[in-house]
Amino acid sequence: MKQAVNKQLVKHIAQLANIPISSQEEEELAKDFSKTLEVVDKLQKVDTKGVEMTHQVTGLTNITREDEVNEKNMFTQKEALANASRTHDGFFVVERLIDVE
Amino acid sequence: MLNKLTLKQAIDKLGNKEVKLEDIWLDVLNSIKDKNSKFNIYLNINEKYQDQLNKPLKGLPIAVKDNFCTKDLITTASSLLLKDFKPQFESTVTQKLKDAGGEIVGKTNMDAWAHGSSTETSQFGRTLNPRNSEHLPGGSSGGSAAAVAADMCIAALGTETAGSVRQPAAWCGVVGLKPTYGRTSRYGIAAMASSTDSPSPITKTVEDAAILLNHIAGHDPLNATSSTKEVPDFTENLGKSIKDLKIGVIYHDLKGLEDAWALFAPQLDIFTKLGASVEYAQAMDPKHAVGVYTVVQRSEVSSNLARFDDVRYQHGRDTFGDEAKRRIMLGTHTLSKGYADQYYNMSQQVRTMMIKDYEKLFETYDVLVSLTSPGFAKKIGATEGEAMFGELEDMLLEVSSLGGFPGASVPCYHDKKTNLYLGMNIMAPMWREDLVIQVADAFEKNTHWNSWRNND
Repeated sequence: MKQAVNKQLVKHIAQLANIPISSQEEEELAKDFSKTLEVVDKLQKVDTKGVEMTHQVTGLTNITREDEVNEKNMFTQKEALANASRTHDGFFVVERLIDVE
Repeated sequence: MLNKLTLKQAIDKLGNKEVKLEDIWLDVLNSIKDKNSKFNIYLNINEKYQDQLNKPLKGLPIAVKDNFCTKDLITTASSLLLKDFKPQFESTVTQKLKDAGGEIVGKTNMDAWAHGSSTETSQFGRTLNPRNSEHLPGGSSGGSAAAVAADMCIAALGTETAGSVRQPAAWCGVVGLKPTYGRTSRYGIAAMASSTDSPSPITKTVEDAAILLNHIAGHDPLNATSSTKEVPDFTENLGKSIKDLKIGVIYHDLKGLEDAWALFAPQLDIFTKLGASVEYAQAMDPKHAVGVYTVVQRSEVSSNLARFDDVRYQHGRDTFGDEAKRRIMLGTHTLSKGYADQYYNMSQQVRTMMIKDYEKLFETYDVLVSLTSPGFAKKIGATEGEAMFGELEDMLLEVSSLGGFPGASVPCYHDKKTNLYLGMNIMAPMWREDLVIQVADAFEKNTHWNSWRNND
């Protein structure tokens, strides 16, 4: 049977998800995903014509709050940076995100 | 042996000055020291506490799953990525626990990021089942269920996304009560699937679960999906007769459940004896729930775990374990352009059908009852090579989770040879935890399966 997911697709997904994986893992994951999606594909047999989607079950809609500063829920700069791997002059240091392969 | 007290007993005895809080803590901490190296239940232990006898939970030691952010107390979600993460803030549920006088005695092991039903995906080693150390405790709240079973706490908190409280409760022979989705706040919990995650009590008795739920439930402005519905006193239905209640039994004719069902079916007789009516009912094939849950959960996981990297949490995405990688990636796929219709949207439609199916059943029955898990606790290593282990294990619970319905698992059979338990899953319509508690409590008090009660 043809696999629903091949190595190429796994590579692409890994890039989208920003998950570093080895080429051996690509092979394993392709098999794994195909196996899992076989189970999911059984849903195709269910007649869902005209059925609404359920994204959430609370019945709540458009919950908003006043646009007010809640000082109780604010971090100091020191607290905000407390778990960062790299900081510089009170800022987070991040890798360059644009113009990279 | 004051660590063996139930929450209710401990509260009462402290109130009557029959026992001292420090003696309870001493016994709990000693049992942790005795057993933790063998069973790997706690990742972090906190020995500091305050006498809070004026508050309802009186300073009692409560175990908390390690995905609740606890201020200044390392919170890992059993993952290497968060191994050094010291939250700068407190989750709403643990804040409520503290406000009520509960003290966190430690943070418990779990499947990493709550991905799993065994604790075998924890990046800090699996937990063993204290009822029988050759077996798994279930998961993902396996550490919390095991801490209760081993009397290494007075009560515990877990979280359920689809079975993560009820299934380990069943495997460890304890009580797990998943409230209605939105009844308890998700604020400050390492999210798994935001549309079903439900913080929940894991306890020695149903009564304890009702008491603990009273203190952690309620609307939270910091969590938009938490409900503003009034919170009733969940202890009100304890001891109430179940006469004339209608109980629908589902999933009785599924393949693969025959052995467990043969032990389970006779346990339903007590309901008839107590004056309730018991009928076999037909629900939609839960095998579809496996597909739906797999897609919904992976999709939400991929979105929720996108925020975790070394910029804010010290360790990078290369530290994700195999299971987290698998789930994030598959969810990325099921949400991606060209595939979302086929997978995600389709699943959300079948989800609607399953919810309607349950709602229809609830027109006839007050509660629905089934086995919690397809069998007894599995042996160590059972998850190896099983990409769908959790989904199949939690199949009987997934519809109630996807629909937000409340449910509890109570011990309903004990195998003397292995010392392992089966759980009974009792489910009710949205916001009707009172019915779940009423039926679960009646079952517990009129049978002899609960190892903390002496009913017979």
